[in-house]
Amino acid sequence: MAEVHHHHVHNQDPEAGAEQRKAIWKTFWILLIITSLEFLIAFTVPHGVLKVSIFIVMTIVKAFYIVGEFMHLKHETKTLIWSILVPVIFVAWLILALLLEGNAIFEAIFA
Amino acid sequence: MASHVTTPGAVEPKMWLGGIEPMKASYGKLMMWFFLISDTFTFSALLVAYGTARFSFPAFTGKHEDFTFSNMYWPVPERVYEAVPFLHGISLPLVFVGIMTFILIASSVTMVLAVEAGHRMDRANVEKYMLWTILGGFTFLGCQAWEWSHFIHGTDAGTVMKVIENGTWVEKTIFGANLTENQYGPPAFADFFFFITGFHGTHVFSGVILNILIFFRAATGFYDKRGSYEMVEKVGLYWHFVDLVWVFVFTFFYLV
Repeated sequence: MAEVHHHHVHNQDPEAGAEQRKAIWKTFWILLIITSLEFLIAFTVPHGVLKVSIFIVMTIVKAFYIVGEFMHLKHETKTLIWSILVPVIFVAWLILALLLEGNAIFEAIFA
Repeated sequence: MASHVTTPGAVEPKMWLGGIEPMKASYGKLMMWFFLISDTFTFSALLVAYGTARFSFPAFTGKHEDFTFSNMYWPVPERVYEAVPFLHGISLPLVFVGIMTFILIASSVTMVLAVEAGHRMDRANVEKYMLWTILGGFTFLGCQAWEWSHFIHGTDAGTVMKVIENGTWVEKTIFGANLTENQYGPPAFADFFFFITGFHGTHVFSGVILNILIFFRAATGFYDKRGSYEMVEKVGLYWHFVDLVWVFVFTFFYLV
């Protein structure tokens, strides 16, 4: 334990990273407020297409902040951002295909 | 800030064996991203299967207040998840799952604060925030254990249901749920609950184990010796992903 190799210089400046910490807490408040709004909507808006659409939009906004800020993807190179986002197209296709399939099963059995 | 300015090119570039650094990310970080993409596919498959099952079942069409448990239609989740520890018999729809969501988001914040401290080689703060993250993870797991236990044991009255047993229709009172019986609705609803929240809980558990390992290595000076706290960042990516999955589970299993 005696020999400690420092490749980086120890940063003693207390102001260092203050901006990142501010951004982190800002993201926290955004996530908290959106989640609280979701609760409010869950008990005030009647169940239907509008309610589900609002929930989906809010979920995507939350996902954007978690992936972009917490996982830092927003600040990576463009190639990395696209390498992560493009495969999600397959997920979108899977959702569409299987929800239609589920609906077809419903029609075949109950309609 | 002015006290510590790095001259461009002074930092030793991190090269992979081919002599370049693809996408300006280290090998480990990039592989964590690709692992998370594969994990995204797994969780998507589970959630999409849930959607398919839900769309192929009749939905409850009446008012939410008139909802009763039945295996003839898909249940309204806010009427299934309305129990809170120590408040037996009081209907508090989605309150407990809301608390769980808050715990996970908070632990994601402490994790990213640990990553930020790691960038400054600030060992004390890495230790502090890793401990908070570990605590958040264990609290979430404890909440989930309680929720599972409640879901499995069921309500006091149970639900009278007509089910097929050994080839004949029988009427019986069902308490709670397992993989074949479910007092809250069709058995498939309980199956998806166990598989989706169970698979997510397994991820949280693995995350807590990794976080403990990171805390231990930070506390024993391993990363100071190595000269880099990048491992905190890599495990941080995994932990945030677990939070991300919960955001989707919360919406599509509990809210919609």
